[in-house]
Amino acid sequence: MKFLPVSEADRAEMLRTIGAPSVEALFSSIPKEVRQAPDLPAPLSEIEIRRLMGGLSSRNATARDSAFFLGAGLYNHYVSAIADQMLLRAEWLTSYTPYQPEVSQGTLQSIFEFQTHICLLTSLDVANASLYEGASALVEALLMAERAVRGRRRAVLSHGIHPEYRETVRTYFANLGFEVVEVPVHAETGRTDAAALESAVDEATFAVAVQSPNFYGVIEDWKAGSAAARARGALSVAVIAEAASLALLSPPGEGGADIACGEGQSLGVPMNNGGPLVGFLSCRAEHQRQLPGRLVGQTHDGEGRRAFCLTLSTREQHIRREKATSNICTNQGLMALAANIHMSLLGKKGLREVAAQSHAKSEYLKAGISKVSGYRIPYSGPTFNEFTVEGPGPAGPLLAALAQRRILAGVPLSRFGGESDPRRFLVAATEMNTRDEMDRLIAALREPR
Amino acid sequence: MSVELEEKAAKAGSAGQLRPEPRTEPLIFERSGEGKVGYSLPPLDVPEGAGIPGGLVRWEIEGETEVSEVEIARHFTRLSKLNFSIDQALYPLGSCTMKHNPRTNEEAARLPGFAASHPFAPEEVSQGTLELAWRLERFLIELTGLSRVTLQPSAGAQGELAGILMVRAALAKEGNPRKIVLIPDSAHGTNPASAHFAGYKVRELKSNARGTLDLHVLEEAMTEDVAALMLTVPNTLGIFESQILEIARVVHARGGYLYCDGANFNSFVGMAKPGLMGIDVMHMNLHKTFSTPHGGGGPGSGPVAVAEKLAPFLPRPTVERRADGTYTLDYDRPESIGRLRTFLGNYGMFVRALSYISAYGNRIGEVARGAVLNANYIRAGLTGVYHLKYDAPSMHEVVFSDKKQAEHGIQAMDMAKRLMDYGFHPPTISFPLIVHGALMIEPTETEGKPGLDAFVAAMRAIAREAQESPEVIRNAPHTTPVRRVDEVAAARNLVLRWRPGPRT
Repeated sequence: MKFLPVSEADRAEMLRTIGAPSVEALFSSIPKEVRQAPDLPAPLSEIEIRRLMGGLSSRNATARDSAFFLGAGLYNHYVSAIADQMLLRAEWLTSYTPYQPEVSQGTLQSIFEFQTHICLLTSLDVANASLYEGASALVEALLMAERAVRGRRRAVLSHGIHPEYRETVRTYFANLGFEVVEVPVHAETGRTDAAALESAVDEATFAVAVQSPNFYGVIEDWKAGSAAARARGALSVAVIAEAASLALLSPPGEGGADIACGEGQSLGVPMNNGGPLVGFLSCRAEHQRQLPGRLVGQTHDGEGRRAFCLTLSTREQHIRREKATSNICTNQGLMALAANIHMSLLGKKGLREVAAQSHAKSEYLKAGISKVSGYRIPYSGPTFNEFTVEGPGPAGPLLAALAQRRILAGVPLSRFGGESDPRRFLVAATEMNTRDEMDRLIAALREPR
Repeated sequence: MSVELEEKAAKAGSAGQLRPEPRTEPLIFERSGEGKVGYSLPPLDVPEGAGIPGGLVRWEIEGETEVSEVEIARHFTRLSKLNFSIDQALYPLGSCTMKHNPRTNEEAARLPGFAASHPFAPEEVSQGTLELAWRLERFLIELTGLSRVTLQPSAGAQGELAGILMVRAALAKEGNPRKIVLIPDSAHGTNPASAHFAGYKVRELKSNARGTLDLHVLEEAMTEDVAALMLTVPNTLGIFESQILEIARVVHARGGYLYCDGANFNSFVGMAKPGLMGIDVMHMNLHKTFSTPHGGGGPGSGPVAVAEKLAPFLPRPTVERRADGTYTLDYDRPESIGRLRTFLGNYGMFVRALSYISAYGNRIGEVARGAVLNANYIRAGLTGVYHLKYDAPSMHEVVFSDKKQAEHGIQAMDMAKRLMDYGFHPPTISFPLIVHGALMIEPTETEGKPGLDAFVAAMRAIAREAQESPEVIRNAPHTTPVRRVDEVAAARNLVLRWRPGPRT
């Protein structure tokens, strides 16, 4: 088989060296009762695999063949060819966690640069080497806040946080003895209800988490969450599900956030049908020893050259076991590299231009849809590149019908359960959309149904 | 470094460090220069957006880069050359399964129907992505002999948490979630950490003189307070728990669940089935057994297979096939533990794993046969030269120790560094914790005899050096881009980021 380099002759010689009569004999420690060959199809050649995969791929509508306005935490942004080409270099693709710094300086330095970019974008002091994705990053941020202010048991979450993030928090927190309180968004503005937030935060609260732009697309003021947290000695957690916004909106650090966390997919990672993505986590310096996951630090080698290595590993599971800050081990190394390349390439001007174009297109589309009879924008709060639309009827069938015409117009809120209005859906625009595509969507909504 | 040593290192196939090569590279932030650009966007075809109130706008991302695409290409190419990788030579990092990553899988994952698709597109136009996930689940069900699989967990550790949460949900439904999870002292550190985050106390079980779990120890510990035993099969010493059926009987007799850490599934995939062993729940690492690339530390993917009785508690949504042959996501699972993350999981890894399993098909047992043969060949080549604390039969990896070399003041860490001069990535060191000075070697099935012979020769040469010229080892590595890195200084004086300097 083509991935197996040991020849028949080599095998015979190796068995002689080992002193075993057959390869089969090496499996003698496995009880016979549990041995069984799998009932799988015959092996496929590369040509057949291409045929199989090509067939499966062709049955999906994508951002390449459709007018594409899907978001809800996963966005279609520009990624330069050089980012993905670079990921295919074997030195990046086929290496692992840089436990041995002398032969891993490439990966270590890239993570150090990634950490720096995340700090610059969030205006906070330190960041870790990446987490799986946005939802588990929020979990880690909350657990970290709890460790920092020990002895408290309540986490206050805005209902404007992505519903899958909130569900993930409930899953992780189910057995840890913490209480999760959710604060609604204001029915008119779509912003987290300030009065409700303030009254939900008490002396037992360790964290107050708010997402901006929130799940409904509305931009929140970080200061509201951080003021509510600070008043009761809790930490404020800024949640970002659309990281492109960080280049245009006032960053968490400036808004008084203690911790920022979220999804970095918009920063150079393809949508990949929802994964792999890249979670991030940054915080103020005083909490740096509570950060979970891998951290890369700068140091020097025996001859005084600058060098990098994994550091503070005594927080981690392989040393601390059940007392570790997190159970995370393998994280999202290659995606963090993709994000580093992308952020470095776009840099100061490009990140901002992407954000500004996304916002401009979204404003154009929002204005156009709001003028279609039967459609309205239910929230008055300002939005970045995504907004909630309320249509004349159930959103699901409408969006399915548009998809047949290669317009992926939005994500129905009914998909996320709860008591959301079935007529409502999210629409996102990015720098990838053309005016022509947006006009097609607006025209399609105008057609009688 | 002496001329003789240099020749020796070169002969052993030095790590491709052709001099003169730059040994360090400036940070990308240090390459930045005002006015340079590395991207282009189309001109804006709509009016400028003005929807954001002034107080919520940011003006500048201070310190961010300004570089050209050329500089990006050079920077990341030069950085990459400071890395060791599987495509270069044997990467015997025990427990991590550093095997060849077939490039067909990379090509498949980049097809637009996968890479440019969105999980919230209507199901009618997502049948291909759903079918692929469904097919992968069928393959994993067949290989494990269990009933259902969730593909959602992002990596092995999250799979562990999902598995233990399912056990907890099942026990809670019966009336008592119980308090304790039993974990052998040879286990991966993620096991106790995951059990803790599922709300359990951890009780560590001492391995016996063979390095395996002792039935008496288990029987004594297995009370009605115990929810599960988390067992790595084969264990981290590379030893198969031959009494697995008896172990399962003891756990089940007291109403507990048998959790299998499937990080080492690559040693028996296609040869034996966890479902037949009495295992109730097991995570797999797609980046280990099924060869999705390790990428310098992820992404992983940690599907969990479960027995029928745990299926109601699977994370949601599950992928289902309707009677008419179409595929759908089922969110309506009232007993589900919930979700561990957004969307469906690391979908791109599902594509690669399906491609990989398809290439082997019903001959996938060759993976295990090759891995076990290679590990035993290395074991035969190094027995007597390195101390072997546990001499039970090895499966896919073998754990030696530095006991003999420690007599000359040479630790496992020193030998790991010296191995770099001979052109190999070091094995895993200092793990498992029950072997002092451990050298955990996993060659995988994708290494040929010449590579294995070269590795054995290098390890033997290092053992000789330990006796004859220990200072060469103590000062290693000599040929890597940087010399031994001061990890203590990194932790003492934390520098976790670059900071913009004062403007000139």
